[in-house]
Formats: sequence, C-alpha cells, structure tokens
Amino acid sequence: MARMKFLCDADRCIECNACVTACKNEHEVPWGINRRRVVTINDGKPGERSISMACMHCTDAPCAAVCPVNCFYTTADAVVLHSKDLCIGCGYCFYACPFGAPQYPRVGNFGSRGKMDKCTYCAGGPEADSSPVEYAKYGANRLAEGKLPLCAEMCSTKALLAGDGDIIAQIYRERVLKRGYGSGAWGWRTAYKDTVNV
Amino acid sequence: MRMPILLWRRCLAVVALLGLVLLSGPLAAQQPTSVNPTAASVQEQQLLQQLQAVQGRISIPDQRANVLIQPAGQDWRAFHQVTLPWIGAIAILGMLAVLVLFYMSRGKIMIDSGPSKQRIVRFNSFERFVHWLTAGSFMLLALTGLNITFGKFLLLPVIGPEAFTALSQAGKYVHNYLSFPFMLGLVFMFLVWVVHNLPNAVDVAWLKAGGGLLKKGVHPPAKKFNAGQKLIFWAVIVGGVGLSVTGLILLFPFQGTSIADMQLSQMIHGLISLVLIAVMIAHIYIGSVGMEGAFDAMGSGEVDLNWAKEHHSLWVQEEMKKTGGAGARAQAAE
Ligand code: HEM
Ligand code: SF4
Ligand code: SF4
Repeated sequence: MARMKFLCDADRCIECNACVTACKNEHEVPWGINRRRVVTINDGKPGERSISMACMHCTDAPCAAVCPVNCFYTTADAVVLHSKDLCIGCGYCFYACPFGAPQYPRVGNFGSRGKMDKCTYCAGGPEADSSPVEYAKYGANRLAEGKLPLCAEMCSTKALLAGDGDIIAQIYRERVLKRGYGSGAWGWRTAYKDTVNV
Repeated sequence: MRMPILLWRRCLAVVALLGLVLLSGPLAAQQPTSVNPTAASVQEQQLLQQLQAVQGRISIPDQRANVLIQPAGQDWRAFHQVTLPWIGAIAILGMLAVLVLFYMSRGKIMIDSGPSKQRIVRFNSFERFVHWLTAGSFMLLALTGLNITFGKFLLLPVIGPEAFTALSQAGKYVHNYLSFPFMLGLVFMFLVWVVHNLPNAVDVAWLKAGGGLLKKGVHPPAKKFNAGQKLIFWAVIVGGVGLSVTGLILLFPFQGTSIADMQLSQMIHGLISLVLIAVMIAHIYIGSVGMEGAFDAMGSGEVDLNWAKEHHSLWVQEEMKKTGGAGARAQAAE
C-alpha cells in the first residue's frame, strides 16, 4: 500500500487559492471551515513564499494521540481519518496539531465546538465508501474511485503534489535538480520526521 | 515642408532603436543562465529555530489560520499524554495508599471521652448548603474531568467506543454547566468562612502537635477550624480560583486568547485539578470513615459536644460564652 503524503513546492505556489476553493466545492464544506488554506510568509518582502496547507496525515499523528475518545484511525494508505459519530468536539486535536488542521463548526452554548472537521485526503470516513451518509459527513471519497485529492489534481502550477510519499518526493527532487533551487518540503520534518534530500 | 521633418524623425527613432538592441545584446549575454531564488527566500528550519513557529498572512476570514506550523503542539501532546496522567495517577493513588496505611496504623479516630448526651450546632443550614453546593459540583466536575484524562485508558476498553462517546459527551455538558454552581459555591464559601480561616498562633501549636492525628488522646486546641482545615480551605479557594480562571478560558476558546494561551490554560487546569482531587480525597476520608462524629457537622449540622471539645476546644468555649451555656442541647430533645 502507498504512504500518501502532501508536498507543497513553495517555489511554484502563486497563492491563487484554487486548491482552497476546489476543496470547499468538492466536499461542500460549510462556511467558516477551511480544510485547506494558503499561508504567505514574508508577504511583500524579498524571499516571500506561499504554502498551501491542510492536514498532512502525520506519521504517529498528534491529534490521534491526544483525542480523549480515540476517534481517529489510520487507513491502509496512511491517511489519518476520524469518526464524527465518536468525536465530542473537545478541541484537543487543534491544540496538538502542528498545522492547525482541525476545524470546528460553531454550535450550541458558550464557545462550544461541534464535531471536528478536517481534510480527509479526499478519502471520506468510516461509513461505506461513496455512500450519501459518508458524503454528508466527510465529503467526497475520491480515493475510493482511484483518484487523488482534488486540490493537488487541479493545482495550475502543480505546486501542490499528492500521492505516494516516495513518488512525490522523487518528482520534487527532479524538479529541484533541473531548475537548480528549492526551498524544501515544508512541514515534512514535523509531519513525517523526514525530509526530501536533493 | 512637413513631410521631410516627419521622415527625419522616423529615421532618428529607427536609429535609436537599433542602437538599443545593439547595446543590450552583450548585456543579456552577461546574465547567469540560472538564478537561485531560494538563496534569498524564507527557510522553514530557520523560521522554526528563530520564532518557534511559522506564521504568515492569510486571505480567509479565520485569521488564526495564519500559523502554518506550531511545533508547540508536540510539547502539549507530551504533557497531556504522559506528564499529566502520570502526575495525576501518582497524586491520586499515592494519596489513597497513604490513607490506607494511615487507617491500618491509626484506625478510625474515635471520640476519646465517648459520645456525650449533648449536641452543639456547628454549621447552620446556609453553611451546609454552601458546602454541598461546592462539594457536589466539585465531585461531578472531578469525575467528568478525570474521564477526559483517564477515560480512554480505563473506561473505553471496557464499555466500547459508542457508549464511551455517549458518556463523554454527556460528561462534557455536565462539566461545562456545573462549573457555574461550583464557582458560585466558591464565592459563598469564601465569604462565609474566610474570617475563621485566617492563620494565627493557635495553628502553629496545632501543626507542631501534628494535629493530634498521629497519637491517640492528643488534642491540640483549635478554634472553629484547625490548621489542617484551614489548609484545606485555602487549597480549595486558591485551587478553585485557578480552575475557574483556566476553565473559563477553556470554555470560551480563542476569545482574545492565542493557541499558546489555550495550551497553557489546559495544562494549568489539568495540573491543579488532579492535585486538588488528591487533596480532597484526604478531606473526604477524614470527614467520613476516618473520624467518628465528623460527618455530622456537615450532615445534620450538629456535632457531639465531646467531639467538639476534643477537636475544637477554643471554639466550644467561644460558643458557650456567646450563648451562656445554652449552645449545647440535650440529645433527648431531638
Ligand atoms: C470552575 C469551573 C470549571 C470550568 C469552567 C471548567 C472547564 C473545563 C473545560 C472547558 C475543560 C476541557 C474539556 C472539555 O471540554 O470537556 C476542562 C477539563 C478538565 N477539567 Fe475542568 N472546569 C472547571 C472546574 C473543574 C474542577 C473543579 C475540576 C476537578 C476538580 C476540573 C477538572 C478537569 C479535568 C481533570 C479536565 C481534563 C484535563 C485533561 O485531561 O485535559 N475542572 N474543564
Ligand atoms: S496534520 Fe494535524 S490533523 Fe492532520 S494528522 Fe497531523 S496532527 Fe492530525
Ligand atoms: S475534537 Fe473530536 S476528534 Fe478532536 S480530540 Fe476532541 S473528540 Fe477527538
């Protein structure tokens, strides 16, 4: 089985936010929730870079470790998913996640949070693959249809890569060798305790 | 006359353009074939080392999402998964072990002079109401809180994920709502009892005598509250205020607080609560199975006169003076 990862080539990302929009549309993500976002560092200054970020589907995922009801599971493709039926909306996964991936709909009393929502790597949830229930709770299950996450698939500059970690690392490595520069695989060290050496 | 001037101008422009092209030729050839934009760009490792986080600008409404990477989450995870459960387990199990040992060596602390026929009012109904308001909500807050810390290790494997989620969801609501009666009880408790809990010279003597806890027949004098009870009182007040402040921050997440504030609040909340639970276990022990006649003070509000004379001698004298000896009444009158 593949070890699915994301890799954002910051030297190609032009901060068009198309990945953000595609994700929202594909999964009908409610207003106020962003499974993916683009952060621009050193905005307007020399050396500015933009990085598209969502859940990185970490190795030994921090969110899963801290969840008080253990509602996370890792698929055979190493995608980190969770059950909205089991989540109690405590917000702990957001405190632990290095990438700010978990999102919570605002419901009920106080500042209290509803069931957590995050990037599923377009792989749905624990319900039957591509069922309406799964779609309503987690969005589309493209992986079950043999497709990769939509954000990466439609990225116009192909800055955002999704797929087996070894393959996308190889693509990135070849790019860097060819063009002679690359600011690295952002977040990899934190998420996978690994980096792409060129 | 006009045509030649225009022609002349056009020729000039062509010459100028040609010159430009000729001049720029060698200039372009001097440029390096490849530039390295990364040399001047922001670097992840450098940002992480310098700022402990990678942060930028974002164009979605949720401005908190501008943090790209916050490695502090890893420390929080280590605290929540390792440090906190260990501290909690050691504090609570350690306290239970100490109490079991204490019970085995000292046994139940009896009224040395035996029960009398007389009783004296120790806590009026408002004091008891305040005590149980705080104690009742504290116990439910403690149980639902412990479920968050230890439930997945202890309860989840036993009752299964669905039942455990249902329980934890209910527990979350209980914890959220009962925090308010607890805070109210805390305020009342402070107002009603603070005057009796200011430390004084009597406490020093009481503590030197070990509170008479370890030896039979030893009863250092005490007023309404002895030094041990005063320590419990201040632990509840200080710990309770700490829990309330951090708890309210947790209850209203990101209302003027950053993720670092949230993580810190959660850590302090967890630490105080587990230590306070251990302290309260000792308090519950001595107020119930550990000492004959102690529970009545918060039960009916009336205690045995001999019990009162042994444990709160100075308070009994004060009460007797106030009421001219009528403070105590015969048990038969009940
Ligand atoms: C005074 C008002 C209090 C408020 C507003 C409050 C609020 C909270 C909140 C919002 C949480 C986060 C978990 C969740 O959402 O379910 C929490 C966790 C917790 N609370 Fe409280 N709480 C209060 C008092 C107490 C008291 C009195 C205790 C116990 C003696 C306690 C023990 C705990 C524990 C053990 C946790 C879980 C810590 C962890 O493992 O992360 N709390 N509290
Ligand atoms: S990026 Fe965050 S939510 Fe995704 S697996 Fe890692 S810790 Fe969990
Ligand atoms: S919000 Fe839900 S998924 Fe996240 S830690 Fe709490 S219970 Fe688990």
